[in-house]
Amino acid sequence: MNIDSIKNGFVIDHIEAGKGMEVYSLLALDALDCSVAIIKNASSRKMGKKDIIKIDAKIDLDMDILGYVSPTATVDVIEDGKLCEKKKMTLPEKLINVIFCKNPRCITTTEQELPNIFKLTNRELHEYRCAYCEAKASK
Amino acid sequence: MKSVIDIKDLSTKELEEIIAVAEDIIENPEKYAHKCDGKKLATLFFEPSTRTRLSFEAAMYELGGHVLSMSDAMSSSASKGESVADTAKTVSCYADIIAMRHPKEGAPLVAAMNASVPVINAGDGGHNHPTQTLADLLTIHREKGRFDNLTVGLCGDLKFGRTVHSLINALIRYKGIKFVLISPDELKVPSYVKNEIKDCGLEYVQTKDLEEFMPQLDILYMTRVQRERFFNEEDYLRLKDSYILTPEKLATAKEDLSIMHPLPRVNEISVAVDDDKRACYFKQVLNGKYMRMALILKLLEVK
Repeated sequence: MNIDSIKNGFVIDHIEAGKGMEVYSLLALDALDCSVAIIKNASSRKMGKKDIIKIDAKIDLDMDILGYVSPTATVDVIEDGKLCEKKKMTLPEKLINVIFCKNPRCITTTEQELPNIFKLTNRELHEYRCAYCEAKASK
Repeated sequence: MKSVIDIKDLSTKELEEIIAVAEDIIENPEKYAHKCDGKKLATLFFEPSTRTRLSFEAAMYELGGHVLSMSDAMSSSASKGESVADTAKTVSCYADIIAMRHPKEGAPLVAAMNASVPVINAGDGGHNHPTQTLADLLTIHREKGRFDNLTVGLCGDLKFGRTVHSLINALIRYKGIKFVLISPDELKVPSYVKNEIKDCGLEYVQTKDLEEFMPQLDILYMTRVQRERFFNEEDYLRLKDSYILTPEKLATAKEDLSIMHPLPRVNEISVAVDDDKRACYFKQVLNGKYMRMALILKLLEVK
């Protein structure tokens, strides 16, 4: 599979090596009917090794999840077989229901209908904290 | 409509305004006796507390207002499984302002997100206790006359002690504060709190030795090792008597040291220290009531 074979879809490139499956799982790509390819440990001049995911459909891609799991990732948007946009990821300011609070004292442990909200508290350290109890997110 | 869940919800200007109102209440209590006529405070305490609940209730009564209170959490709808969000929406229909204590961290924030009236966090687990910090700040203001250039010793449970974290958060806004963090290894201040001190360009020292640093301190803030914060009884029993302040340990302290404690104490300050003129912990209790009065006035926008 190469980019030419995608008519309308995405190439998620420059995913940190080893994170491809996590991205696949958190983006729920297993639920798609279209062609999805995961390339693990592809060689990269910049990164040494990288993972790549190709999706042959225009889906609603959650950039927050992608930015959180692998802020190095880029997204090529393919339309009619051509690259029409390249997006760079950044760490999102807020994550909703992507990660879950593990602090047993947090209100989210007893009130499970509450959305799990995490806020970016330190961009350099990639640190997120629970919006309710301020416990640090553990990956 | 504003709620106070964390001391960081109040700007330095707002903190100083609340302190100024509290000082005025102390000087002219009669001026405030009817400021909250016809207003109702609901105290929702889902965790045992005597002083904080009574302090809120006394504050509202002294402002001329009324108090709606549940006797204990087991008699409330929470015991039937009602969510914090639903409780907050319901109580908003009865009261003008809510004070909430809850064992789960973040519960007052959930209440504030759902209530149509201001919510004051009266303590959520080991997380935040902003009105205790207000009491601490008024005490420091009255005892020292300033918030800058002070060496502040914090002693005891600095890991789970929510009052310690909130006080640090309030004091890092001022210049020249030096923190001496005195605790056993297991109860050290969490690293994110230490980072906040560093980020503000302030100094701190971590130590296990209270007596070594005693002569330097302007304020000594003692805390209790709280049984309810431990999952393991063995750890609690091992650490509970780590520091006990006695008149002998105070021998090298400054003449104008202020000894503070959020109370209740178990045995971490010997009763023999109570008669020392430097002991401020019962003044702190009274100051807490004045600051809660001032905060209620602010949040209800009563002039």
